[in-house]
Amino acid sequence: MTERVERWPGVELSASDLVEGKVTSTRFRPNAKYAWSAGEAMSRFLAELQEGRLVARTCDGCERILFPPRMFCELCFRPTDAWTYVRDTGTIETFSISYLDKDARRIAEPILVGVVSLDGASPRMGLMHYFGGMTKDEIRIGMRVKAVWRPPEERRGSVLDISYFRPLREAER
Amino acid sequence: MRVGIIGVGMTAFRPTTPESSWKELMFEAASRAYADAGVDPREDVGSFITCAEDYYEGFGIFDEFVPDQLGAVLRPTCTVSGDGLQGLATAFMQIQTGLLDVAVVEAHSKASDVVTLEGVLEHGLDPVWTKPLGPHAFVVAGLEADAYVRAAKVPRKALDAVIEKNRGNAILNPIAAYGARLDAGHLKAATPRFEPLRSLDVSAPADGCVVLVVASATAARRLKARPVWVRGIGWASDSPTLETRDWVGATYARLAADRAYRMARIRRPGQEVDLAEVDDRFSYKELQHLEAIRLAKPGEAGPHVARGDFALDGRLPVNASGGSLGCGNVFEATGLHRAAEVALQLRGEAGRRQVDGAKIGVAQSWRFVPTATGAVAVLGVGA
Amino acid sequence: MRKVGVVGAGMTLFRRRLQETPKELCYEAAKMALDQAGLTLADVDMVVSGSAPDAFEGIHMKGEYFLDGCGGYRKPYTRVFTGGGTGVFSTIAGWWHVASGLADVVLVVNEEKMSSCQPHPQSVFAHIWDPILDRPLQPNLVWIFAMEMNRYMTVYGIRKEDIARVAVKNKRNAVGHPCAQLPDPHITIEDVLNSEVMAWPVQRLDISPPSDGAAAVVIASEDAIRKRKIRDRAWISGVGWSIDSTMWTDRDLVFPEYVARAAKMAYKVAKISDPRREIDFAEPYDPFDYKELHHLEGLLLADKGQAPVLTREGVTERDGDLPVCPSGGLMGVGNPIAATLGIKVGELFWQLTGQAGERQIPHDVRTGVAQAWGDLMQYGCVVVMRA
Repeated sequence: MTERVERWPGVELSASDLVEGKVTSTRFRPNAKYAWSAGEAMSRFLAELQEGRLVARTCDGCERILFPPRMFCELCFRPTDAWTYVRDTGTIETFSISYLDKDARRIAEPILVGVVSLDGASPRMGLMHYFGGMTKDEIRIGMRVKAVWRPPEERRGSVLDISYFRPLREAER
Repeated sequence: MRVGIIGVGMTAFRPTTPESSWKELMFEAASRAYADAGVDPREDVGSFITCAEDYYEGFGIFDEFVPDQLGAVLRPTCTVSGDGLQGLATAFMQIQTGLLDVAVVEAHSKASDVVTLEGVLEHGLDPVWTKPLGPHAFVVAGLEADAYVRAAKVPRKALDAVIEKNRGNAILNPIAAYGARLDAGHLKAATPRFEPLRSLDVSAPADGCVVLVVASATAARRLKARPVWVRGIGWASDSPTLETRDWVGATYARLAADRAYRMARIRRPGQEVDLAEVDDRFSYKELQHLEAIRLAKPGEAGPHVARGDFALDGRLPVNASGGSLGCGNVFEATGLHRAAEVALQLRGEAGRRQVDGAKIGVAQSWRFVPTATGAVAVLGVGA
Repeated sequence: MRKVGVVGAGMTLFRRRLQETPKELCYEAAKMALDQAGLTLADVDMVVSGSAPDAFEGIHMKGEYFLDGCGGYRKPYTRVFTGGGTGVFSTIAGWWHVASGLADVVLVVNEEKMSSCQPHPQSVFAHIWDPILDRPLQPNLVWIFAMEMNRYMTVYGIRKEDIARVAVKNKRNAVGHPCAQLPDPHITIEDVLNSEVMAWPVQRLDISPPSDGAAAVVIASEDAIRKRKIRDRAWISGVGWSIDSTMWTDRDLVFPEYVARAAKMAYKVAKISDPRREIDFAEPYDPFDYKELHHLEGLLLADKGQAPVLTREGVTERDGDLPVCPSGGLMGVGNPIAATLGIKVGELFWQLTGQAGERQIPHDVRTGVAQAWGDLMQYGCVVVMRA
């Protein structure tokens, strides 16, 4: 680089330097816990999930059906107008086949995950969720899918009230 | 070029806001500010600035969660890890470049969403020198309060006068969370917390959101707005390390004020300033800050407040809003709230807490424990 | 608009784990930048810092904590934070401090110490997701890149080979960078394609590493540059920034619209009407190899879906018509998030002032563009610099 720089600062350490105490260090575990108010839109969203329904909001300004629902339209900057339901069928917009779990540990059986755009909402209004009932070789962008709901008594008002989205069957089209 | 505040929007400050998410609070404050300024954020605004810290919000990158509710989707937006007055300084600079002429500044507190607020505050302490001692973060305020009240010889009754004044002013402020008529009995019954600080010396947290719309003079004319001019603004940081900072004099506030006054061409602040909104999140801070920003001589803020000089009808009303003691501690929104209050006062829109004939006001902020950072803005109306 | 330039740059090594504390990292980078500019802290009017999640260092308000290492003691000091965008955005913040007339000389210091976070800095990324919509699914950060990469590849029919080619180019370019964490003169496309699948289509060698590091630039007004007779300077001709909706599941990830908006804003300020003709080289943000391509299209330097062609044809090699990531990029030098300032804006400065040593582009370059990206596939910021 610049010939004028003789020394590039930085002393590299290895993982074992820390573990074996070769360098002085301090440790601290923060006490940082949060409980976010879900607010009007998400509270209703979660309550409807518990009932086995997907709810959206309409905006008369841009005439979109917004999912996930929100109390304000981010394009028009005005309050949204009404609640409306969307269907629990949709289209895979994108997906990944993950061999990593949430802590970046390797897993043998991959997780199929991606974004589903829901029928009845405006184009491309999507939800991230798991895919199931299909192999990693079968999953496709554009595949038509349907939600598999947990039994009512197991739902808690969470996106996990849906277990995953499976391929739409011929008879369901 | 001149830059002014043309829109003010605030939600009420409340101990909790369980019915609203932080996004919905921001939408409310922003809607009010835009209506006040007569702007459409989708068309008229060149920059959106939010003031936030991840750990106050509970997210790894809080910047992600701001645009939609401000009307900032696909617009220039940024997060300043600073308090609201630093955000105002950012808007001021951005407009002064000539790149854009209308900017929005937002800050909020959703402290009620933080289950372990004390843990979060503790997490701001130095990891090598302070955290291992395991102190409550407010020990830092207690230490500073001790240093200041000894050096300035501030009697207990002066601190009580600050509390009484600000809690009382807050009753007149429709957005305040903790307005109260306190009497000698209440003050005497306050329990020791971090000596010399007692329970009533510490502002209680509150939720709330403040949004300001800031514009160049040209844009203000185009939008037919009545600006409250930012005549001067300054900010500064003293040492972050407890062991090497000024414990008595709030140096950060003095440096920030020097810059702001110089820009505003104010030579004798004590005489030229009509009202002040200063950080009082701990009662002694009001006095310390007033001295640091030269609205009182060193050691004299205590006697002034005890005499009633800083009351609503006094010579120099301080914290007519009720301050943080009266309105609630809204964390990073504190400084922005103070600027909003000064702006409302200068417009004559401060209702029952109006300071008559106010033309020049000062808003001062501090970034709370354990920092030694703060900002000062001088606002004015008229020529 | 006031003319403003970069007059010095500095950086530390980028490594998975460095011994220096956050304050020390800041100091080293800041001191180097000042020394390079022939200035001292006394010459600095204001300080800006940029740093990404506080959770890495494990200090709430970490910008306050390390401000002394940044030279912010008793000065006006501000930290900005726009996720991964911070690597270039802090330069924009430094720019407005000077262009506003409030300062003549500003020090911009970016720092990241990811290694403090145990057991792995990955854990921090659990907290960037929406708590109701996303977190219950226990997402890994790689998922969202994989989803974006898949969309990009599928819509345009892009082959993995063409994406892997970017990793090879950048890791080979990084051989010329004294601070590089993962330089590799021998890496091949096959190596990338044979590396383990993390979350298809992302494989291990598609990803830049987590790193510790710091970088700094000194920004000055034209007057200050003239008064102090500073010879090595590169002008900041254009700045732009933009953020897209938080609702990333409602957006088509195939094209980074937020980068295009930022680019258009910067090109307008720089009076660039034909970016492909007027821009000589680029440092787009490449946390993953496909992002370089994605961002080249966002920067309007390639048609949609066509950036892979440029790589395939050697256009983006250091000796090509449009060198891209001559520094070695995040893929080769490392990814200490905000500290990538050193290989984006820093690289532009060193190339434009002829100080890039082994990495110097072998033909004359006068106009460069640096870009960073951040948040939930949301944030774009762009800086145009000229010799």
